[in-house]
Amino acid sequence: MGYQTTAAKMNTIFADLSKDYLIYAPKRYVGDGTFVHIDTIRYGEITDLSEIEFAEKSNYSFKEVLLPISETLFYFTENEMKEADAPKKGAIVFLRSCDLHGLKRMDTIYLENGAVDTYYKRLRDNTKFILMGCESSFENCFCVSMGTQTSDDYDAYLKVTGETVLVDSHWDALDAALAGATPASVIPDSVTANETVVTIPETVPQTLFDDPFWEDYGNRCIACGRCNFVCPTCTCFTMQDIFYTDNGKAGERRRVWASCHIDGYTDMAGGHAFRNDKGQRMRFKVLHKVNDYKRRFGTHMCIGCGRCDDVCPEYISFANCINKLNTLVNDTAKEEN
Amino acid sequence: MLDLNTKKIKKNAYRITKVRGETASRIRVPGGLLTAELLPLIQNIAQTYGNGKIHLTTRQGFEIPGIKYGDIDTVNALLQPIIEKLEINQEIPGKGYTSAGTRNVSACIGSNVCPFATYNTTNFAKRMEKEIFPNDLHFKVAFTGCANDCIKTRMHDFGIIGMTEPQYEKERCMGCQACVKACKKKSVDALSVENYRIVRNTEKCVGCGECVINCPTRAWTRSPETYYRLVIMGRTGKRNPRLAEDFLVWATEDAIIKIVKNTYSFVTNYIDRDAPGGKEHIGYIIDRTGFEEFKKWAMDGVELDSRTIVKNPVYWSGIHYV
Ligand code: HEM
Ligand code: HEM
Ligand code: SF4
Ligand code: SF4
Ligand code: SF4
Ligand code: SF4
Ligand code: SF4
Repeated sequence: MGYQTTAAKMNTIFADLSKDYLIYAPKRYVGDGTFVHIDTIRYGEITDLSEIEFAEKSNYSFKEVLLPISETLFYFTENEMKEADAPKKGAIVFLRSCDLHGLKRMDTIYLENGAVDTYYKRLRDNTKFILMGCESSFENCFCVSMGTQTSDDYDAYLKVTGETVLVDSHWDALDAALAGATPASVIPDSVTANETVVTIPETVPQTLFDDPFWEDYGNRCIACGRCNFVCPTCTCFTMQDIFYTDNGKAGERRRVWASCHIDGYTDMAGGHAFRNDKGQRMRFKVLHKVNDYKRRFGTHMCIGCGRCDDVCPEYISFANCINKLNTLVNDTAKEEN
Repeated sequence: MLDLNTKKIKKNAYRITKVRGETASRIRVPGGLLTAELLPLIQNIAQTYGNGKIHLTTRQGFEIPGIKYGDIDTVNALLQPIIEKLEINQEIPGKGYTSAGTRNVSACIGSNVCPFATYNTTNFAKRMEKEIFPNDLHFKVAFTGCANDCIKTRMHDFGIIGMTEPQYEKERCMGCQACVKACKKKSVDALSVENYRIVRNTEKCVGCGECVINCPTRAWTRSPETYYRLVIMGRTGKRNPRLAEDFLVWATEDAIIKIVKNTYSFVTNYIDRDAPGGKEHIGYIIDRTGFEEFKKWAMDGVELDSRTIVKNPVYWSGIHYV
């Protein structure tokens, strides 16, 4: 159902919902950026619509709500262990269309790729998603190339213009709360074109894995992992077992985000690491995003949010890498014919 | 025939040069940042009244050589829009700079451009200029954005080095140790790892912010407040060149302004009246009175943040030629 209502009304509805839900949205953290006087836009709890940053793309994605950067899974002593409690409340998450497609990628990895991940599932099952429209494309977005520029897979869509709020609800509880609001036909804002256009090669031959193409990235990438951490579809984690210092026999196991660009990702028991070259790390990431994943799950992993290009301190463009790779694949095919 | 009062000319920020009959005009640029529209005005003075050349001074001003003493009034009139645009305190409008002792307050590029900067050096430099100019006592003040100290504050009477107090949000840390490596390789090795999380040695930390810059998840962020290290009484020169030593660490902007202003009273009280040209470096005055006496004057009415560390006593070394 579509409605027109007011910001004040929506804020009371959210205040009511906050008894059962924590509400997460992209927020501006003034001065928390990498450099002085630069803000960060990332997810945080809100209590009022005015706290939401609608005008700009968030630097970090919503994924930290469902996949915390650092999450304690269980506590252990000598003979016993206890799983960490799930949060008492569910979550409501504001996010954009491409990110909603990113959610599907996370679901695929954590729910449909072998055993169900119970830690993910218990958060996921209690989360509602509210779509934020895109009136125009942001810098580096290429959602149209990835086909993620629209989505109707939301619990609600919300558009705030001053005091007026347009809502499209797919959620009974919200419909009930909005009973009496003016009905309206609400269609989410979405873009139809981006400045960045990406063409993905259908297949990438194995012979290109060791192509000199990747060497350029080996010289440029500093292995900081920012591109992975801002990415809504990077789902890798690693484990940390902590023994409390006063009592070496009790502790906890945490899982934390991991990045295939950062040293240590491929370390194995005994200390061997099999992907030390940063160009090969770039190759692994890029082909994971637009090649391997699709072969296994049928869609590309990347959803075209462009955050990796926004953040890379070395100005390495993932989007441009795919386009260059496409040219390389085509040229290689021509040579073989 | 020239009949000049050289003292007045020097106080007006013109030099008595080695070339008989020619002076040089010095233009103050507090914080070393100016809008490009002022350059044609400086060019015009140099081409019309100077010898067509402009010297970029060590303290980030301009020096226009080859000006005839007789043209000083005309040049002062041409300097007026520059003085106004750069918001220089002036006692008599249209008469140029009314003192020269307190040198141009210089600053590194700071947060206007530099990724390492912890604050806007130009803005603080301009605020300092407003507070201390036109004072004719010989003071050198410089601002630098971070502990890299690109402006070389340690060769100044007052050097102000920006600091941030890194804030650690442990739940945003996944233990990549980029901060640990940066602090070890580029700074003072103040970070260590305990149970995959980071511990900051607050005694060692110099507030450079490398950890903040290198953290990929915003686990490290800057403190909302900017802090400063105030280093004092560095100098070059003939007798005892030396680096400035730490006086305050984790100090606030207001405390630093107050201390510098207090020092003008200290100098006025203790300056050697027989010093040649009436000028004596503050550092040598402190050498004479002792640090304790300086500190008494400098700290008068200064309100310190609870974080501020005051070094006491302060000792200087350097090279002694006398
Ligand atoms: C050529 C021999 C082996 C290779 C290449 C290999 C490789 C790996 C890799 C890549 C992982 C995943 C590491 C991670 O995700 O962090 C792993 C995990 C593991 N390997 Fe091996 N492995 C080998 C032999 C063995 C042997 C002989 C054993 C036991 C006797 C073993 C026991 C394990 C266990 C228990 C884990 C899981 C560790 C955990 O979940 O923390 N592996 N191995
Ligand atoms: C019990 C034995 C083994 C286990 C459990 C194991 C496990 C794994 C796992 C979990 C990965 C990561 C896959 C991914 O990230 O998608 C991996 C990758 C890899 N493994 Fe193994 N592995 C084993 C044996 C071996 C052996 C014997 C070799 C080589 C002789 C090998 C070479 C590699 C290489 C090169 C990769 C990286 C592939 C790439 O860069 O795309 N592994 N292995
Ligand atoms: S790879 Fe880059 S563009 Fe694609 S989803 Fe991740 S951050 Fe967005
Ligand atoms: S790109 Fe790297 S970090 Fe991201 S999901 Fe793939 S392997 Fe993991
Ligand atoms: S953000 Fe850039 S430099 Fe950092 S790991 Fe990714 S590609 Fe490399
Ligand atoms: S501010 Fe500088 S010295 Fe302090 S912990 Fe961070 S990197 Fe190290
Ligand atoms: S750089 Fe950031 S995420 Fe990495 S160890 Fe340091 S605080 Fe943790």
